[in-house]
Amino acid sequence: MNSPAAAKAYQPRTEQIILFRVSGQNFAISSASVQEVRSVDYIAGMARDLPKSHLSKVRHSIRRGDRTLYLVNAAIHFALQPHPASLVFFLRRTRTALLIDGIDKMTTMTRLQALSLTFQGEERNWYRGLTALDQAVVPVVDPEGFLSLEELTLLESAQLAADTAKFSPENMGDPLQ
Amino acid sequence: MTAAPEPALLSFVLLRLGERRFALPASQVAELVAPSRIFRFPHKSAAIEGVILRRGRMIAVCDIAEQLTGKKLGTRRFHLLAARKYGCQLDWIAIPVSGECELINTEMMQAGCNDSPHVNGWLSHGGEVIEVLRLSALTPGPAEAPLPEPLGNLAEART
Repeated sequence: MNSPAAAKAYQPRTEQIILFRVSGQNFAISSASVQEVRSVDYIAGMARDLPKSHLSKVRHSIRRGDRTLYLVNAAIHFALQPHPASLVFFLRRTRTALLIDGIDKMTTMTRLQALSLTFQGEERNWYRGLTALDQAVVPVVDPEGFLSLEELTLLESAQLAADTAKFSPENMGDPLQ
Repeated sequence: MTAAPEPALLSFVLLRLGERRFALPASQVAELVAPSRIFRFPHKSAAIEGVILRRGRMIAVCDIAEQLTGKKLGTRRFHLLAARKYGCQLDWIAIPVSGECELINTEMMQAGCNDSPHVNGWLSHGGEVIEVLRLSALTPGPAEAPLPEPLGNLAEART
Protein backbone atom coordinates (compact mmCIF):
# COMPACT_ATOMS: atom_id res chain seq x y z
CA MET A 1 0.00 0.00 0.00
CA ASN A 2 1.32 3.46 -0.85
CA SER A 3 2.02 5.73 2.06
CA PRO A 4 0.06 9.03 2.13
CA ALA A 5 3.31 10.87 1.49
CA ALA A 6 3.95 8.78 -1.65
CA ALA A 7 0.37 9.28 -2.86
CA LYS A 8 0.76 13.01 -2.38
CA ALA A 9 3.99 12.98 -4.37
CA TYR A 10 2.17 11.58 -7.42
CA GLN A 11 -0.67 14.09 -7.41
CA PRO A 12 -0.67 16.03 -10.67
CA ARG A 13 0.18 19.69 -10.37
CA THR A 14 -2.97 21.69 -10.77
CA GLU A 15 -3.73 25.33 -11.37
CA GLN A 16 -6.92 27.24 -10.73
CA ILE A 17 -8.13 29.01 -13.83
CA ILE A 18 -10.94 31.31 -14.85
CA LEU A 19 -12.67 30.52 -18.13
CA PHE A 20 -13.83 33.69 -19.81
CA ARG A 21 -15.42 34.75 -23.09
CA VAL A 22 -14.43 37.33 -25.65
CA SER A 23 -16.57 37.64 -28.79
CA GLY A 24 -17.82 34.09 -28.43
CA GLN A 25 -14.33 32.63 -28.03
CA ASN A 26 -13.31 30.90 -24.81
CA PHE A 27 -10.03 31.62 -23.07
CA ALA A 28 -8.52 30.68 -19.73
CA ILE A 29 -6.40 32.69 -17.34
CA SER A 30 -4.73 31.65 -14.11
CA SER A 31 -6.90 32.90 -11.28
CA ALA A 32 -3.71 33.83 -9.43
CA SER A 33 -3.00 36.47 -12.04
CA VAL A 34 -6.40 38.17 -11.66
CA GLN A 35 -6.33 40.62 -8.80
CA GLU A 36 -9.87 41.86 -9.12
CA VAL A 37 -12.94 41.47 -11.33
CA ARG A 38 -15.25 44.43 -11.76
CA SER A 39 -18.22 45.41 -13.87
CA VAL A 40 -17.53 48.01 -16.58
CA ASP A 41 -20.06 50.23 -14.78
CA TYR A 42 -17.66 50.40 -11.85
CA ILE A 43 -14.92 51.97 -13.97
CA ALA A 44 -17.18 54.14 -16.12
CA GLY A 45 -16.61 57.28 -14.07
CA MET A 46 -12.92 56.63 -13.46
CA ALA A 47 -11.65 55.87 -16.96
CA ARG A 48 -9.67 58.62 -18.66
CA ASP A 49 -9.62 59.08 -22.41
CA LEU A 50 -6.39 58.53 -24.30
CA PRO A 51 -7.17 60.41 -27.53
CA LYS A 52 -3.57 60.20 -28.76
CA SER A 53 -3.23 56.46 -28.23
CA HIS A 54 -1.88 54.77 -31.35
CA LEU A 55 -3.15 51.43 -30.14
CA SER A 56 -6.69 50.71 -31.20
CA LYS A 57 -7.05 48.17 -28.39
CA VAL A 58 -6.37 50.81 -25.71
CA ARG A 59 -8.55 53.92 -25.62
CA HIS A 60 -8.71 54.57 -21.90
CA SER A 61 -6.60 54.43 -18.79
CA ILE A 62 -7.51 54.26 -15.16
CA ARG A 63 -5.67 55.51 -12.10
CA ARG A 64 -5.43 53.06 -9.19
CA GLY A 65 -3.34 54.15 -6.25
CA ASP A 66 -0.09 55.46 -7.64
CA ARG A 67 -0.30 53.43 -10.85
CA THR A 68 -1.85 54.05 -14.23
CA LEU A 69 -3.46 50.97 -15.74
CA TYR A 70 -4.46 50.68 -19.39
CA LEU A 71 -7.83 49.29 -20.39
CA VAL A 72 -7.16 46.72 -23.10
CA ASN A 73 -10.05 45.62 -25.27
CA ALA A 74 -9.46 41.86 -25.47
CA ALA A 75 -11.55 41.46 -28.64
CA ILE A 76 -9.39 43.94 -30.55
CA HIS A 77 -6.21 42.46 -29.08
CA PHE A 78 -7.15 39.03 -30.44
CA ALA A 79 -8.49 40.48 -33.73
CA LEU A 80 -12.02 39.30 -32.93
CA GLN A 81 -15.28 41.09 -33.67
CA PRO A 82 -15.61 43.62 -30.84
CA HIS A 83 -18.64 43.29 -28.57
CA PRO A 84 -19.58 45.63 -25.72
CA ALA A 85 -17.54 44.38 -22.77
CA SER A 86 -19.24 43.78 -19.46
CA LEU A 87 -16.38 42.91 -17.11
CA VAL A 88 -12.86 44.08 -16.36
CA PHE A 89 -10.03 41.89 -15.09
CA PHE A 90 -7.39 43.84 -13.19
CA LEU A 91 -4.32 41.73 -13.83
CA ARG A 92 -1.80 41.30 -11.05
CA ARG A 93 1.77 42.54 -11.60
CA THR A 94 0.87 44.12 -14.95
CA ARG A 95 -0.47 47.47 -16.10
CA THR A 96 -3.35 45.80 -17.91
CA ALA A 97 -7.03 46.04 -17.09
CA LEU A 98 -8.67 43.62 -19.52
CA LEU A 99 -12.12 44.25 -20.97
CA ILE A 100 -13.95 40.95 -21.53
CA ASP A 101 -17.48 39.81 -22.32
CA GLY A 102 -18.06 37.50 -19.38
CA ILE A 103 -16.90 34.69 -17.15
CA ASP A 104 -18.03 31.11 -17.75
CA LYS A 105 -16.65 29.42 -14.67
CA MET A 106 -13.69 28.76 -12.45
CA THR A 107 -12.07 25.38 -12.77
CA THR A 108 -8.80 23.52 -12.43
CA MET A 109 -6.38 22.53 -15.14
CA THR A 110 -4.00 19.66 -14.68
CA ARG A 111 -2.00 20.03 -17.86
CA LEU A 112 -0.72 22.95 -19.87
CA GLN A 113 0.70 22.04 -23.26
CA ALA A 114 3.16 24.48 -24.78
CA LEU A 115 2.10 25.94 -28.09
CA SER A 116 3.49 23.89 -30.98
CA LEU A 117 6.42 25.56 -32.72
CA THR A 118 4.25 25.52 -35.84
CA PHE A 119 2.65 28.61 -34.36
CA GLN A 120 5.05 31.39 -35.19
CA GLY A 121 2.96 34.56 -34.91
CA GLU A 122 2.06 36.95 -32.11
CA GLU A 123 0.18 34.12 -30.43
CA ARG A 124 3.49 32.98 -28.97
CA ASN A 125 3.33 36.09 -26.75
CA TRP A 126 -0.41 35.88 -26.19
CA TYR A 127 -0.60 32.39 -24.75
CA ARG A 128 1.20 30.37 -22.11
CA GLY A 129 -0.10 27.29 -23.89
CA LEU A 130 -3.20 25.20 -24.45
CA THR A 131 -5.23 23.09 -22.11
CA ALA A 132 -7.94 20.52 -22.69
CA LEU A 133 -11.12 20.87 -20.65
CA ASP A 134 -14.20 18.71 -21.16
CA GLN A 135 -12.89 17.48 -24.52
CA ALA A 136 -12.37 21.03 -25.76
CA VAL A 137 -9.16 22.97 -26.29
CA VAL A 138 -8.80 26.30 -24.53
CA PRO A 139 -5.90 28.72 -24.95
CA VAL A 140 -4.43 29.89 -21.64
CA VAL A 141 -3.53 33.56 -21.91
CA ASP A 142 -0.31 35.08 -20.63
CA PRO A 143 -1.24 38.10 -18.49
CA GLU A 144 1.96 39.83 -19.60
CA GLY A 145 1.16 39.28 -23.26
CA PHE A 146 -1.46 42.01 -23.63
CA LEU A 147 0.93 44.94 -23.63
CA SER A 148 4.50 44.76 -24.82
CA LEU A 149 7.20 47.11 -23.55
CA GLU A 150 6.99 49.10 -26.80
CA GLU A 151 3.24 49.42 -26.43
CA LEU A 152 3.59 50.56 -22.82
CA THR A 153 6.06 53.22 -23.91
CA LEU A 154 3.60 54.47 -26.54
CA LEU A 155 0.80 54.51 -24.01
CA GLU A 156 2.85 56.43 -21.48
CA SER A 157 3.52 59.09 -24.13
CA ALA A 158 -0.19 59.23 -24.95
CA GLN A 159 -1.01 59.50 -21.24
CA LEU A 160 1.48 62.33 -20.82
CA ALA A 161 -0.05 64.16 -23.80
CA ALA A 162 -3.54 63.70 -22.36
CA ASP A 163 -2.46 64.96 -18.92
CA THR A 164 -0.63 67.94 -20.43
CA ALA A 165 -3.71 68.88 -22.46
CA LYS A 166 -5.93 68.53 -19.42
CA PHE A 167 -3.79 70.82 -17.28
CA SER A 168 -2.97 73.35 -20.00
CA PRO A 169 -4.00 77.01 -19.28
CA GLU A 170 -6.90 76.80 -21.78
CA ASN A 171 -8.43 74.01 -19.73
CA MET A 172 -7.66 75.44 -16.31
CA GLY A 173 -10.02 78.39 -16.36
CA ASP A 174 -9.01 81.90 -15.23
CA PRO A 175 -5.81 82.16 -13.27
CA LEU A 176 -6.12 83.15 -9.62
CA GLN A 177 -5.62 86.83 -8.97
CA MET B 1 33.29 -12.41 -58.30
CA THR B 2 31.65 -9.84 -56.01
CA ALA B 3 27.97 -8.96 -56.28
CA ALA B 4 26.93 -5.34 -56.61
CA PRO B 5 25.49 -4.01 -53.29
CA GLU B 6 21.71 -4.23 -53.06
CA PRO B 7 20.05 -0.80 -53.13
CA ALA B 8 18.67 0.12 -49.72
CA LEU B 9 14.90 -0.18 -49.55
CA LEU B 10 13.18 2.35 -47.33
CA SER B 11 9.58 2.51 -46.12
CA PHE B 12 7.36 5.35 -47.27
CA VAL B 13 3.75 6.31 -46.73
CA LEU B 14 2.00 7.45 -49.89
CA LEU B 15 -0.64 10.09 -49.28
CA ARG B 16 -3.20 11.54 -51.63
CA LEU B 17 -3.84 15.27 -51.91
CA GLY B 18 -6.54 15.80 -54.52
CA GLU B 19 -5.43 14.20 -57.76
CA ARG B 20 -1.79 13.80 -56.78
CA ARG B 21 0.16 11.45 -54.58
CA PHE B 22 3.10 12.37 -52.40
CA ALA B 23 5.26 10.42 -49.99
CA LEU B 24 6.63 10.78 -46.49
CA PRO B 25 9.24 8.54 -44.87
CA ALA B 26 7.30 6.02 -42.78
CA SER B 27 9.53 6.80 -39.80
CA GLN B 28 7.94 10.27 -39.71
CA VAL B 29 4.35 9.02 -39.73
CA ALA B 30 2.54 8.11 -36.53
CA GLU B 31 -0.97 7.26 -37.64
CA LEU B 32 -3.87 7.97 -39.94
CA VAL B 33 -7.00 9.09 -38.13
CA ALA B 34 -10.52 10.05 -39.09
CA PRO B 35 -10.99 13.82 -39.19
CA SER B 36 -12.10 15.07 -35.81
CA ARG B 37 -13.22 18.45 -34.57
CA ILE B 38 -10.72 21.21 -35.23
CA PHE B 39 -10.50 23.62 -32.32
CA ARG B 40 -9.91 27.14 -33.54
CA PHE B 41 -8.66 30.05 -31.48
CA PRO B 42 -7.16 33.43 -32.36
CA HIS B 43 -3.65 33.29 -33.79
CA LYS B 44 -1.56 34.88 -36.55
CA SER B 45 -0.05 31.78 -38.16
CA ALA B 46 -2.01 31.75 -41.39
CA ALA B 47 -1.03 28.24 -42.43
CA ILE B 48 -2.46 26.69 -39.27
CA GLU B 49 -6.19 25.99 -39.07
CA GLY B 50 -6.34 25.06 -35.42
CA VAL B 51 -5.64 22.00 -33.35
CA ILE B 52 -7.13 18.55 -32.92
CA LEU B 53 -7.22 16.63 -29.70
CA ARG B 54 -5.68 13.19 -29.98
CA ARG B 55 -5.00 10.99 -26.95
CA GLY B 56 -4.80 14.04 -24.73
CA ARG B 57 -2.35 15.87 -26.99
CA MET B 58 -3.20 18.97 -28.98
CA ILE B 59 -1.88 18.69 -32.52
CA ALA B 60 -1.74 21.58 -34.98
CA VAL B 61 -3.59 21.05 -38.28
CA CYS B 62 -1.86 22.31 -41.40
CA ASP B 63 -3.32 21.88 -44.90
CA ILE B 64 -0.35 21.59 -47.25
CA ALA B 65 -2.45 20.75 -50.32
CA GLU B 66 -2.72 24.31 -51.59
CA GLN B 67 1.05 24.76 -51.64
CA LEU B 68 1.54 21.48 -53.47
CA THR B 69 -1.41 21.33 -55.85
CA GLY B 70 -2.61 24.92 -56.00
CA LYS B 71 -5.99 23.95 -54.55
CA LYS B 72 -7.34 23.52 -51.06
CA LEU B 73 -8.57 20.02 -50.31
CA GLY B 74 -12.22 19.57 -51.19
CA THR B 75 -12.69 16.33 -49.34
CA ARG B 76 -10.84 15.43 -46.19
CA ARG B 77 -10.96 11.76 -45.47
CA PHE B 78 -8.22 11.49 -42.90
CA HIS B 79 -5.65 13.37 -40.88
CA LEU B 80 -2.16 12.00 -41.27
CA LEU B 81 -0.22 12.58 -38.05
CA ALA B 82 3.40 13.17 -38.93
CA ALA B 83 6.50 14.28 -37.07
CA ARG B 84 7.81 17.74 -37.78
CA LYS B 85 11.35 18.66 -36.73
CA TYR B 86 11.90 22.07 -35.16
CA GLY B 87 15.63 22.33 -34.68
CA CYS B 88 16.29 19.89 -31.88
CA GLN B 89 12.63 19.35 -31.09
CA LEU B 90 10.07 17.06 -32.63
CA ASP B 91 6.35 17.65 -32.59
CA TRP B 92 3.35 16.14 -34.31
CA ILE B 93 1.42 17.87 -37.02
CA ALA B 94 -1.89 16.79 -38.56
CA ILE B 95 -2.05 16.91 -42.35
CA PRO B 96 -5.48 16.58 -43.96
CA VAL B 97 -5.42 14.05 -46.83
CA SER B 98 -8.10 13.20 -49.36
CA GLY B 99 -7.73 9.44 -49.64
CA GLU B 100 -6.33 6.21 -48.29
CA CYS B 101 -2.62 6.05 -47.57
CA GLU B 102 -0.38 3.20 -48.62
CA LEU B 103 2.83 1.84 -47.10
CA ILE B 104 5.49 0.87 -49.62
CA ASN B 105 9.13 -0.19 -49.57
CA THR B 106 11.24 1.27 -52.29
CA GLU B 107 14.44 3.13 -53.06
CA MET B 108 14.57 6.90 -52.85
CA MET B 109 16.50 9.05 -55.25
CA GLN B 110 17.91 12.08 -53.42
CA ALA B 111 16.64 15.49 -54.47
CA GLY B 112 18.90 17.57 -56.65
CA CYS B 113 19.93 21.17 -56.27
CA ASN B 114 17.31 22.22 -58.82
CA ASP B 115 14.43 20.67 -56.91
CA SER B 116 12.07 22.74 -54.79
CA PRO B 117 12.94 23.04 -51.09
CA HIS B 118 9.93 20.92 -50.16
CA VAL B 119 11.29 17.95 -52.16
CA ASN B 120 13.38 15.62 -50.03
CA GLY B 121 13.70 13.04 -52.80
CA TRP B 122 11.91 11.09 -55.47
CA LEU B 123 10.55 7.61 -55.75
CA SER B 124 9.09 5.60 -58.54
CA HIS B 125 6.00 3.54 -57.81
CA GLY B 126 3.26 2.09 -60.01
CA GLY B 127 4.40 4.03 -63.02
CA GLU B 128 4.35 7.32 -61.15
CA VAL B 129 7.24 9.49 -60.04
CA ILE B 130 6.38 10.70 -56.57
CA GLU B 131 7.85 13.53 -54.52
CA VAL B 132 9.05 12.68 -51.02
CA LEU B 133 8.09 15.68 -48.95
CA ARG B 134 10.18 17.71 -46.54
CA LEU B 135 7.61 18.92 -44.01
CA SER B 136 9.87 21.61 -42.61
CA ALA B 137 9.67 23.40 -45.97
CA LEU B 138 5.88 23.16 -46.11
CA THR B 139 4.84 24.06 -42.59
CA PRO B 140 5.78 27.07 -40.50
CA GLY B 141 8.41 26.85 -37.80
CA PRO B 142 11.63 28.41 -36.63
CA ALA B 143 14.74 28.13 -38.81
CA GLU B 144 15.96 24.58 -39.10
CA ALA B 145 19.12 23.46 -37.33
CA PRO B 146 20.68 20.04 -37.78
CA LEU B 147 19.04 17.46 -35.56
CA PRO B 148 21.35 15.67 -33.10
CA GLU B 149 22.03 12.12 -34.23
CA PRO B 150 20.00 10.31 -31.55
CA LEU B 151 16.88 12.23 -32.56
CA GLY B 152 17.53 11.84 -36.25
CA ASN B 153 15.75 8.55 -36.31
CA LEU B 154 12.25 9.16 -35.10
CA ALA B 155 11.67 5.47 -34.53
CA GLU B 156 14.34 5.60 -31.85
CA ALA B 157 12.95 8.81 -30.40
CA ARG B 158 9.51 7.27 -30.09
CA THR B 159 10.62 4.19 -28.17
